[in-house]
Amino acid sequence: MAVISLNPGYTGPVRDRIENFHGAQLVYVHWEGHLNFCAAITLPLPADTPFGALTAEILSSLYQADPAWASVDLSAARWTLDGQDWAPDAARSIGEQGVGHKSLIRFWTAPVCNA
Amino acid sequence: MAARKLSLKQKYGHFTRGLDWEPSYQKKEDIYPFAEYEGIKIHDWGAWEDPFKLTMDAYWKFQAEKERKLYAVIDSMAQNNGQLGITDARYLNAVKIFIQGVTPLEYQAHRHFAHLARHLPGAGLRVAAQMQSIDELRHCQTQIHTISHYNKFFDGIHDFTHMHDRLWYLSVPKSFFDDATSAGPFEFLTAISFAFEYVLTNLLFVPFMSGAAYNGDMATVTFGFSAQSDESRHMTLGLEAVRFLLEQDEANVPIVQGWIDKWFWRGYRLLSLVGMMMDYMLPKKVMSWSEAWESYYEEAGGALFADLARYGIREPKYADVAKAEKGHITHQVWSIFYNYAQAAAVHTWDVDDQHLAWLREKYPETFEKHYQPRYLAWREQAEKGERFYNNGLPMLCQVCQIPMAFTEVDDPETICFRVSEHEGDKYHTCSDGCKDIFDHEPEKFAQAWLPVHQIFQGNCGGATLPEVLDWYHINQGADNLDYVGSPEEAQWDRWMEGRRPTMPIAAE
Repeated sequence: MAVISLNPGYTGPVRDRIENFHGAQLVYVHWEGHLNFCAAITLPLPADTPFGALTAEILSSLYQADPAWASVDLSAARWTLDGQDWAPDAARSIGEQGVGHKSLIRFWTAPVCNA
Repeated sequence: MAARKLSLKQKYGHFTRGLDWEPSYQKKEDIYPFAEYEGIKIHDWGAWEDPFKLTMDAYWKFQAEKERKLYAVIDSMAQNNGQLGITDARYLNAVKIFIQGVTPLEYQAHRHFAHLARHLPGAGLRVAAQMQSIDELRHCQTQIHTISHYNKFFDGIHDFTHMHDRLWYLSVPKSFFDDATSAGPFEFLTAISFAFEYVLTNLLFVPFMSGAAYNGDMATVTFGFSAQSDESRHMTLGLEAVRFLLEQDEANVPIVQGWIDKWFWRGYRLLSLVGMMMDYMLPKKVMSWSEAWESYYEEAGGALFADLARYGIREPKYADVAKAEKGHITHQVWSIFYNYAQAAAVHTWDVDDQHLAWLREKYPETFEKHYQPRYLAWREQAEKGERFYNNGLPMLCQVCQIPMAFTEVDDPETICFRVSEHEGDKYHTCSDGCKDIFDHEPEKFAQAWLPVHQIFQGNCGGATLPEVLDWYHINQGADNLDYVGSPEEAQWDRWMEGRRPTMPIAAE
């Protein structure tokens, strides 16, 4: 669009600043190939959450609604973080491994389920 | 000498242009502070051609007549238990979406057209905005009065204004209108009067009003008729307003084109909820979303933009994407509602075989391959007593605020993720259309009140689902969850049972 109809220098409150989340940051996680979960899931996580805790506790509790989750081998999964290939270490925190506020984690598990 | 009666034209002149004057002790830009900052140049307000030479006294007379007819029907419906005439109680979900999502927008439109009626520098356009403002208030009121009859018997309708301000899926229509009313007067006109009420209006009204007619909802049909002549006036205003802007100055063309691109996409995304209602919630179907899109946008819109080409206006950007997605979006939106039926004030259900067959017929390219397997798996889980729910909160688009369930245009198995950076923060959008809108005005959309993020900030009543649902004013166990097993279903079955003949037919 040719013209921006905001006054020069206009700013407003940024509603989702990290400070507003009480010590957590937002992280989005999406299990590719399983669109019975209609969209990526939003999680408020402290940056020091170990990656292993995210997968073993949080993702398991959310994704077990899909019977296929039980047979998933996460150690063989392919991961991306904000569009880049990513090899997360279960023992280290998500913050140490580059997961920032409103980062998007996507992962692919085999075999790809068609349902 | 007896006073001569004024001709209609003279009367109209006095009632409209005669109300205007050139200010002498205040500067015009102080009186109309919003008239110039959008960059729109108007050289001659007198060139505005009023599409309807309607004076206020004639307006009151017409509207009063329509009101009398409408309220006669509403009374008759109440006295004759009209709610029993609908095809099935599932139909009411269309009415719920209407009162929760659309009626509050009528009120917003009333408010903002009143604002335009004060702030547009041209008297002719001010009068048109004033009448539209009153129309919108009338629509809001008559919708509430019509639907209040259903509120006596069905769930999810009882606190629609409160829900409109808070519920996750209602932030979609709410933020759409908030975006328009926080824009300048000319963007608002292009957004609401042109893009929504002219280009896309049939895709809102046909699903709801024909849906009502097909499903025995005479009250909503009557409201639809009562609003129809107003809507045609609004449509004409939208087209005339855009033509006027385009004719006044060539420099207006790229600005208006940008608004058409933005508001086409915003309107289209908003209508995906209506399309879902059309394909899934109407027990007796009118047509599919895909068919409606073809006849009301691809054909009608194609002719319109061919006509506007002489001003240098082209078809909205991403109209091709909307065309390519038409076999997908309603199924994806239904999946959102099925995932989160626990948190919605409408019911969902497992799609039965007859409905699956209809969807296969209407969506031969897409449904059986991509969506039927998902529905069958859900149905199987539900039959085992393990109805699938998504217990995580969805990622939302920063612009349209719909859960990010839409897929890449060329790959219906992969979600479309787009991201922008603004002042060190990431902003996620569901499509190139929404990303363009964000990137154009990031300062505006960084302020979006995203329901999921608000829950995590602690602003929505608490950290647990029941607390949030209380804060939404969802009556838990009645307004939400599946239709099967709901109090609404039990009541409907009781009513229908009572209407079946109970006298045994005498043996011969």
